[in-house]
Amino acid sequence: MTTAHETAPAATASKKAAAAAAPSMNIARVASLITLALLLLVPLFLKNFYIFQMTQWLIYAIALLALNILTGGSGQFSLGQSAFYAVGAYTAAVMMEILGVNYALTLPVAGLICFVFGFLFGLPALRLSGVYLALATFALAVAMPQVLKLHFFESWTGGVQGLVIIKPDPPEFLKTIGLKVSQDMWLYYFTLVVGIGIYIASVNLLASRSGRAMMAIRDNQIAASAMGIDVPLYKTLAFGISAGITGVAGALGAIAVAFVAPDSYTIQLAIALFLGMVIGGVGWLPGSLAGAAFIVFVPNIAESISKGLSGAIFGIILIVIIFLVPHGARQVAYMAQHLIGKIGKSS
Amino acid sequence: MAQAQLAQGQAPLLAVNDVSVVFGGIIALNGVSFDMHKGQILGLIGPNGAGKTTLFNCLSRLYQPSKGDILMEGSSILTRPVHRIAEIGIGRTFQNVSLFQNMSVIDNVRIGMHSHTTTDVVSDSLQLPAVRRTEAAINARVGEIIDYLDLNDVAARVVAGLPFGTQKRVELARALAAEPKILLLDEPAGGLNHEEVYVLGDMIKRIRTDRNITVLLVEHHMGLVMSIADHVVALNFGRKLAEGTPAQVQQDPDVIKAYLGSKES
Ligand SMILES: Nc1ncnc2c1ncn2[C@@H]1O[C@H](COP(=O)(O)OP(=O)(O)O)[C@@H](O)[C@H]1O
Ligand SMILES: [Mg+2]
Repeated sequence: MTTAHETAPAATASKKAAAAAAPSMNIARVASLITLALLLLVPLFLKNFYIFQMTQWLIYAIALLALNILTGGSGQFSLGQSAFYAVGAYTAAVMMEILGVNYALTLPVAGLICFVFGFLFGLPALRLSGVYLALATFALAVAMPQVLKLHFFESWTGGVQGLVIIKPDPPEFLKTIGLKVSQDMWLYYFTLVVGIGIYIASVNLLASRSGRAMMAIRDNQIAASAMGIDVPLYKTLAFGISAGITGVAGALGAIAVAFVAPDSYTIQLAIALFLGMVIGGVGWLPGSLAGAAFIVFVPNIAESISKGLSGAIFGIILIVIIFLVPHGARQVAYMAQHLIGKIGKSS
Repeated sequence: MAQAQLAQGQAPLLAVNDVSVVFGGIIALNGVSFDMHKGQILGLIGPNGAGKTTLFNCLSRLYQPSKGDILMEGSSILTRPVHRIAEIGIGRTFQNVSLFQNMSVIDNVRIGMHSHTTTDVVSDSLQLPAVRRTEAAINARVGEIIDYLDLNDVAARVVAGLPFGTQKRVELARALAAEPKILLLDEPAGGLNHEEVYVLGDMIKRIRTDRNITVLLVEHHMGLVMSIADHVVALNFGRKLAEGTPAQVQQDPDVIKAYLGSKES
C-alpha cells in the first residue's frame, strides 16, 4: 500500500504538522518532566502524613483519568464512578483480608472485575444519553453503599462496619540494600508507578485507532458509524475501561487507607470526581492531577480558613474557578503555553 | 461518457431495486430503481424534498427501506449493520458537513481508515508493534490524501472554526481515506460560490480518474451535474421522473415542469 510515490508526500505532510506543533510540544515536554521530577522527589522531604495525602491525590488523579476517558474521550457522562471505585476497593479488601492474597495482585483483579461491571452497565446505558445517562449512573452510585451493607454479603464485606486491612510493608530487599522506607512512602511510590503506567496506556489508547473511534463517537455518532465505527461496542468499551481504571484506583485507595466501609463510597465521592474532572479540564488527561489536587486539598484549605463555614468557602472557591477558567486547568495550561511562547519569541 | 457506455454491458456495481421508504404518513421514496456502473459519475437531481438524501441514507444503512433491495456487487447490503458499510466500499459525505468538530483535520482523515484497520483497545494501549505498523500505514495514506486535497496547511488544526469550503474538503478527504469503490456526495456544491463550484467539479472528475472511484452525486446545482455527470437520474416526490444522459434529462418535459414548479435552477 505504501509505494514510494505515496510515502514521499506523506513524509512532508507529517513533517509540516510536526513543525507547526513543535514549540508547544517542547513546552509540554518540559512541563511533564518537571512534574515527574516533583512527583519523584517531593515525598523524600515530607512527613508521613503529607506523603499519605499525596498518595490520596494520585489515587484520585487515577480515578479522574478514568472519568476523563469516558466523558472527554467517548462523550458519555457518569455520576456513578463511586460505585466502580467501591467495587475495586472491596475487591482488594476481600482478597487481602479474607483470601490472603498479596496486595499488588488485587489491582489487576479489581480492574478486571470493574471492567466487566462497567461494560455490562454500559450495555443498557446505550439507550440513554446526556442527562439521562447521568441519572442512571447517579442511581448506581446511590444504590452501591446500600448493596454493600446487605446482610447477605456480610461475611465477605463486613456489613456496615466494613473491613480493616493490614497496611502492606515495603518489600524486604529495600531494607537489605540499606534503604529505610516507611509504609506510607512505599505505598506512595507504588501508586505512582501504577499511575504512570495507567497514564501512558491511556495516552496510547487515545492516540490510536480505538481512542479516535471513541472521540469520533463523542463528536458525531452518525458520521462515526458511517466511517465503520461500531458505536455501541466502543461506547460500552469506554464504560468498561473507565470502570476498570476506577476500580484500580479504588483498590489502591483501600490499601492506602487500610479500611473499607460502605459510607466511604457515597454519591458524594462521585460528585467530587465529576467536579475534579471539570476543574482539570474535560478531555485533557494531565488535568487529572490538577482536578485531584482540588478535591483533596481545597476542602482542607477551606477548613483551615474557617471551620464553621468550610462548605461555603469551598463553594466560593469553586465558583471563582469556574467563573475565571471555565475549562479548568486545561485553560490555564493553554494560557501559560501562549505566554511562554510569546516571551520566547520576544527575547 | 465513453467509460459509462463501455460499462453498460457489465453487471452493475450498485443496483437500487424498487426501493421505497415511508416516514409515518410521508412516502419519501416510492419504488425507485436504477443501476450504477463502474467508473460512472451518476448525477441524482430533484427539487427539495424529492428524496435524494433519503436514498443516500438507505445506501449507507442509516434508513431501512420498507420495500425493495440494494445490491452492491451483486449482494444485498440490507443485511449489514450501518458500521459495516464502509468496509464494502461505500463512502459518503453529508449534506451539511458531519465532521468530528473537536478533532484535528488529520485525525478526521485518520478515522476514515477505521474500517480498513483492526487494532483493539488492548494492543492500542500497549502500543504493540502491530499498532505501530498500523499507525504508520494510516499516516502514510492520510498524508498522501492530505497532499492530494491540498490540506497540508490546516492538517494540525481543529476542524471547528475552519471555513466551510475547507471543511467540505476535509470531509472528502475522510471519505477517500476509506478507499471507497463508490463515493456518495450529498450536495457538495451547497454553500460554495461560483468559482468554488467550478473547482469542485474538476476535483470530482479528477477523483474518478485518478482513484478509479464511481461517484453518485446528489446536486441541486444543475450546472455542475450537467457538466460532469455521465448519467442522470431525476427524482420528484419520491419517484423516478426520468433517467438518461444529461442532455436527455434536461429536455425531459416532466423534469422541466418539476424544476419550474419548484423555482429551482
Ligand atoms: N428522518 C425523517 N423523518 C421524517 N421525514 C423525513 C425524514 N427524512 C426525510 N424525510 C422526508 O422525506 C422527504 C424527502 O426528504 P429528503 O430525502 O431529505 O429530500 P432531498 O434530499 O431530496 O431534499 C421529505 O418530505 C422529508 O421531509
Ligand atoms: Mg437532501
